[in-house]
Amino acid sequence: MSHHTHAPSADHGHHGEHALPFWRKYIFSVDHKVIGVQYTVTSLLFLFFGFCLIMLLRWQLAYPGQPLPLIGQFFPETQMISGIMLPEFYYQLGAMHGTIMIFLGIVPLAVGGFGNYVLPLQIGAPDMAFPKLNMMSYWLFFIGGVIMLASFFVPGGAAQSGWTSYPPLSNIAPPGQTWWLVGMAFLINSSLLGSVNFIVTIVQLRADGLSFFRLPFFVWAQFVTSFLLLLAFPPLMAASVLQLMDRVAHTSFFMPTGLVVNDQLAQVSGGGHPVLWQHLFWFLAHPEVYVLILPAMGIVSEIIACNTRKPLYGYKALVYASIFLGFMSFIVWAHHMFLTDMGITMSAFFQVTTMIISIPSVIILTTLVLSLWGGSIRFTTPMLFALAFLPMFGIGGLTGLPLGLTASDVHLHDTYYVIGHFHYVVAPGTIFALFAGVYHWFPKVTGRRMNETLGKIHFFFSFIFMNCVFMPMFIQGLAGVLRRMYDPMQYAHAQPVQPLNEFISVSAWLLGLAQIPFIINFFGSIWRGKKVENDNPWQATTLEWTAPTPPPHGNFAHPPVVYRGPYEYSVPNARQDYTPQTAKEVL
Amino acid sequence: MSGHTEAEIKKHVRTYIAVFAALAALTVITVAISYLHLSFGPALALALAVASVKAGLVALFFMHLITEKKAILWLLGFTVFFFIVLLTIPPLFHH
Amino acid sequence: MSSEIRYISHPHPVTGVTNSKLGVWCFLASEIMLFGGLFSALVMLRGGSTNWPHGFEVLNVPLATLNTMVLITSSVTMVLSWASLVRKDLGKYRLYMAVTVLLGLAFLVIKSFEYGYKFEHHIYPSKSTFYAIYFTMTGLHGLHVIGGIIVNAYFLLPGSKLWHKDPEQFTGRIEAAGLYWHFVDLVWIFLFPILYLL
Repeated sequence: MSHHTHAPSADHGHHGEHALPFWRKYIFSVDHKVIGVQYTVTSLLFLFFGFCLIMLLRWQLAYPGQPLPLIGQFFPETQMISGIMLPEFYYQLGAMHGTIMIFLGIVPLAVGGFGNYVLPLQIGAPDMAFPKLNMMSYWLFFIGGVIMLASFFVPGGAAQSGWTSYPPLSNIAPPGQTWWLVGMAFLINSSLLGSVNFIVTIVQLRADGLSFFRLPFFVWAQFVTSFLLLLAFPPLMAASVLQLMDRVAHTSFFMPTGLVVNDQLAQVSGGGHPVLWQHLFWFLAHPEVYVLILPAMGIVSEIIACNTRKPLYGYKALVYASIFLGFMSFIVWAHHMFLTDMGITMSAFFQVTTMIISIPSVIILTTLVLSLWGGSIRFTTPMLFALAFLPMFGIGGLTGLPLGLTASDVHLHDTYYVIGHFHYVVAPGTIFALFAGVYHWFPKVTGRRMNETLGKIHFFFSFIFMNCVFMPMFIQGLAGVLRRMYDPMQYAHAQPVQPLNEFISVSAWLLGLAQIPFIINFFGSIWRGKKVENDNPWQATTLEWTAPTPPPHGNFAHPPVVYRGPYEYSVPNARQDYTPQTAKEVL
Repeated sequence: MSGHTEAEIKKHVRTYIAVFAALAALTVITVAISYLHLSFGPALALALAVASVKAGLVALFFMHLITEKKAILWLLGFTVFFFIVLLTIPPLFHH
Repeated sequence: MSSEIRYISHPHPVTGVTNSKLGVWCFLASEIMLFGGLFSALVMLRGGSTNWPHGFEVLNVPLATLNTMVLITSSVTMVLSWASLVRKDLGKYRLYMAVTVLLGLAFLVIKSFEYGYKFEHHIYPSKSTFYAIYFTMTGLHGLHVIGGIIVNAYFLLPGSKLWHKDPEQFTGRIEAAGLYWHFVDLVWIFLFPILYLL
């Protein structure tokens, strides 16, 4: 086995490790692994909470105007009256579902959780470049999350203008919107600190011999993601400052002259531009899509290489495609705004860039599919999730094409087709990849495996119900059903497809039940899971598997030296079917 | 920054003082131009030109970009490109 | 020692920079995009406006010119404080850094006179989009100045203990703090003509 595993973990801990009190070691820790676990657990809880919000909302869509049985009576009268959901609460649920899933769930899990835990290990570094900033990043995220949660309890409730917070509606919304903006400010600064840390860590702290083209693709994906976070988030910060000024200091950045609110002329100076918000918002939010998807691709490629026992097909193509993807993601944002009277030239420009950006996505997906060819695939739970990612992301990506062309987007804009499209990308796409990552790296973090039977139950039911939830949305969208409608029966053209809403809602609740095996498995395996037999239970090649299990503070007993690329599986004439990156000779 | 000789540092300090003098002079110039009350186009062009020279002096000499390493220049190159995109495209299509 | 983070005091052999220098440049890249968003807003609002006032007719140009000079001077004292450290002269460093901090405070005092004058005449951000963007941008810039003063004051007093332990790391920190301070100056160099002189 690997030559780094002889060192028992406790002996090689940092000299100060045992002296640290509990709160320094596990709460205000500067160790990237503790912070990674903090991020993972917090964001999994937020994912669950965000999912609960939408399960509630789905009741109103399935059975509009009917009282919510059992739990409906426990909601205050500002949210439900004798179990019947109020429109204000419906819109809070929708807006906060989107906000929480994206900014408090998926990104912190993919970047803060997996990035923090796995990345320094994969590059052979003792920690992140700035451990204290890393800790600050987590706590800013935590405060941002608390502010978002607390906003449900302020008068008028949480933000209710959609996760996109378009003004002028958001400008005149109840105080919850101000809380949303302040919460976002914390989250943006948290991600800023994180992305600076990741970039410096990857550029400066790679192990000796670990050149850029020997990096596992996961590290590349995190690298590109960090640049997106670094450069795309600040315009949203600027936009949030402007909206905060509009709401608190009564400026008119987004308030046009002559705006009428509730049949009265708004008492503002006017002269503002609502579309300005959309520009600044989507300048972040389109790269954000790739922040959601790139780490997922990174996780999937690690798991595919390991479980097919062969190198990734076209590693360099993957790398170049992801860099190009990151670059292009900055110049496609206005395809979210085709309906804002932008003129032919600009819409032509953004249609072209949008079509171009599908090319690197297809390259990445194709190389991952081709990597399966001829492999002796191990159908472990993480591999099942990773395999499911491929067609699910494929559906999500392909259904995006009609949205990138104005002719079809005019019809599909703001319908359930859009909801179906991006949920295929992030729910059965990214979230499946994140589940795959949890199952894959769990043994490294805890020293125990997760249960395979429970994992497979979790996978198959999630896979079925995910599709039952999102596939019918395409049909609804093509029928013209709009998103963000409190009463799905309001328009006659939506009524024929209303039975689908009931089907989707029931599927969503069953999808919720399908997560129970995961919750049991996750917490149960921490204490009762099967202990791993060595530091490298999956027989993988990358550096994190040569570290002790679980890695001590400082990670490696000796600074690792790298001699080869990341995916040397099934090297011809080798005795074993994998050669770790630290091996001088082919094993 | 290791490896600076005493003479080099002295030269650097002289450069900093010269840059400072140039910045002060350019500030006076740009204010003086504003008192001419030119029409908007030329006024904008002149003001931005002077500001760019001043910013260039600060970035090149005070921030040492003139001798900076490639990694940082690449980073800034990308940033400036996206900055220009952000600055130019939104105003281009909504009037 | 396996658990030590490399390239804190000494530059990486390939990239040629220390962690802190690369980190602060990444941070500044992000800041460029933050102010980019605000400048973009300014261009869009002004482009769509029919009666945008001339800055020199409604704002106090002499005070702002003085403030520009103050900030430029503080930038040069900042870089001189770093140069003093390279010459291993901690006393000179202290002197220049103290001047930098004082000039930063002077900037804020002058700025508060400007704000106070406006508030006295009941001119608030809500008066017009011009004042909205003026107060927002100068206010955000002012917050950056406050942040810089705090960092510089820290390195002037308690933070300078590091000099005796690791002079190179300390010099690197002052260089990083300097980069930030020059950036704050640089933002003002654009804000001043765009808001006051056009």
